[in-house]
Amino acid sequence: MLEPSPPASAKNGFTGSALACRRGERLVFEGLAFSVPPGGVLVLTGANGSGKSSLLRVMTGLTPAEAGRLAWDGLAISDDPAAHRARLHFIGHAEALKPVLTAAENLVFWAGMRGGTDGAAALDRFRLGALAATPCRLLSAGQRRRLALARLVASHAPLWLLDEPLTGLDDDSVADLHEVIAAHRDAGGRIVLSTHAPLALDGAVTLALGDFAPRWPFAVPP
Amino acid sequence: MSPFRRLVARDLRLALRQGGDAATVIAFFVLTVILFPFGVGPEPLLLQRIAAGIVWVTALLAALLSLDRLFLADYEDGSLEALALMGLPLEAQVAAKCLAHWLVTGLPLTVMAPVLALLLHLRAESYPALVLGMALGTPSLSLIGAVGAALTLGARRGGVLLSLLVLPLYIPVLIFGVAACEAAGAGFAARPHLLLLAALLVLALALAPFAAAAGLRQALE
Repeated sequence: MLEPSPPASAKNGFTGSALACRRGERLVFEGLAFSVPPGGVLVLTGANGSGKSSLLRVMTGLTPAEAGRLAWDGLAISDDPAAHRARLHFIGHAEALKPVLTAAENLVFWAGMRGGTDGAAALDRFRLGALAATPCRLLSAGQRRRLALARLVASHAPLWLLDEPLTGLDDDSVADLHEVIAAHRDAGGRIVLSTHAPLALDGAVTLALGDFAPRWPFAVPP
Repeated sequence: MSPFRRLVARDLRLALRQGGDAATVIAFFVLTVILFPFGVGPEPLLLQRIAAGIVWVTALLAALLSLDRLFLADYEDGSLEALALMGLPLEAQVAAKCLAHWLVTGLPLTVMAPVLALLLHLRAESYPALVLGMALGTPSLSLIGAVGAALTLGARRGGVLLSLLVLPLYIPVLIFGVAACEAAGAGFAARPHLLLLAALLVLALALAPFAAAAGLRQALE
C-alpha cells in the first residue's frame, strides 16, 4: 500500500496520515491524511455515511483507527492518550445534557470536570443567561445545542472537534459560533468540524471524505 | 471540588431529582419481604429460621433492579462519551458512580434491613451481624453489578442478560452474609464471616472498576 508522506507542517500541527477506519465489517475510509496547524480549521464534508463522524471519533481516540497514525506536533497520540483527551473538546450529536439539571448545573458540571472556571460567562456568550435556572428538559433543540457549545468556552482546550455544530442553530447563534471560533483561532486553537451548511471561515481547509472511500468497502486490509 | 467528588455529587443530585429509581428499590425490598409471611405463614419459628436468607436474597434482587440504569442513561444521552474524554480515568469514574449508586441503594437497604428483620422475628443476637454484613456486602453488590452493567450496555434486553450475568457472582456475598447472621443467632462468632465479606469487598474494589471501565470502552468504540 502507498504510504502518503506526512505534510510539511507535520512537526507543528494536529496531523493524521494513512488513516483507515472500520465500522462493523465495513471499511469507511482509507488512506486519509490531514493536517491542522495552530489557528487552522479543517472542515469535513461528504455524503451521509461517508465517515465524518467516524473520523471525528477516531480523532478523539474513542474509536481506534484501523490503520494509520495521529500525531500532535509530531508526537504520536497513541503514546499518551490521556494528554490528548485533556487537550480536546468534542461536541458530538448527543448533547450530554441531563434533563432534570438546570442549564447552569449541566454546564458547570462539564466545565468542572475539566477544571474549568466561569459557567456564567459561557452561558452569556451563547445568550443563555436568562435560561440559567431552567431545567434542560424545557429547552428547545437549538437552545440545547447552544448549551452544548457553551462547554467550548467554559473550559479551555486547544483542539475542538465539532460534529455538525450548526444543526438546529438560528442565524444569530450561527454568528455567535463564528465569533467564538474566530477568537479560538486567534488564540492559536485548532478546529476540526463536520458540516453540510456553508461556513464563512477564512483559510479553512476542506477535506472531502468521499475522496477516501475504499474501492471495495468489505475488504479489510490485513 | 475534585472531578471525582463532582461526579459523585452529580449522580446523587440526579438520583434525588428523579427520585424514582432509589425509591423503587426500597419499595421493592419492603414489599417483597412483607410477602413472605403471607406466603409461608405467620409461624414465628419458621420465619425466624429463614429470616436472614429472606432479607439477604431480597436485598440482592433489589440491588439488581437499579443496576441496568447505572450507565444506561449516560450512555444514551452522550454523557458517557463525554465522560470518557475527561481527565479523570474511566476506572475512577466507575468507582465514583458505584459510590453514588451505593449511597442511594445499598445504604438505604442496610438501614431498612433490621426493620424488616423485625417482621420476620430474626433472633436478637443476629442484628449486629445483619447490619454489619449488609454494610460490608452491599458495596460489593454495586461494584460487581457495575461490571455486568458495563458489559451489557447497548445490548438488547440488557436487563435480563444483566441478571443472568450478575446473580451467580453475588452468591459468595449471599453465603457469607447469611452465614454471619446464622452464626450470631446460634451463639457463634460472626467475625470470620464478616471478615470474608470485607475481603470480598476489597477484591471487588480492586478489580471491578478496571473490568467495568474496559466494558465501557468497548461499548463506546
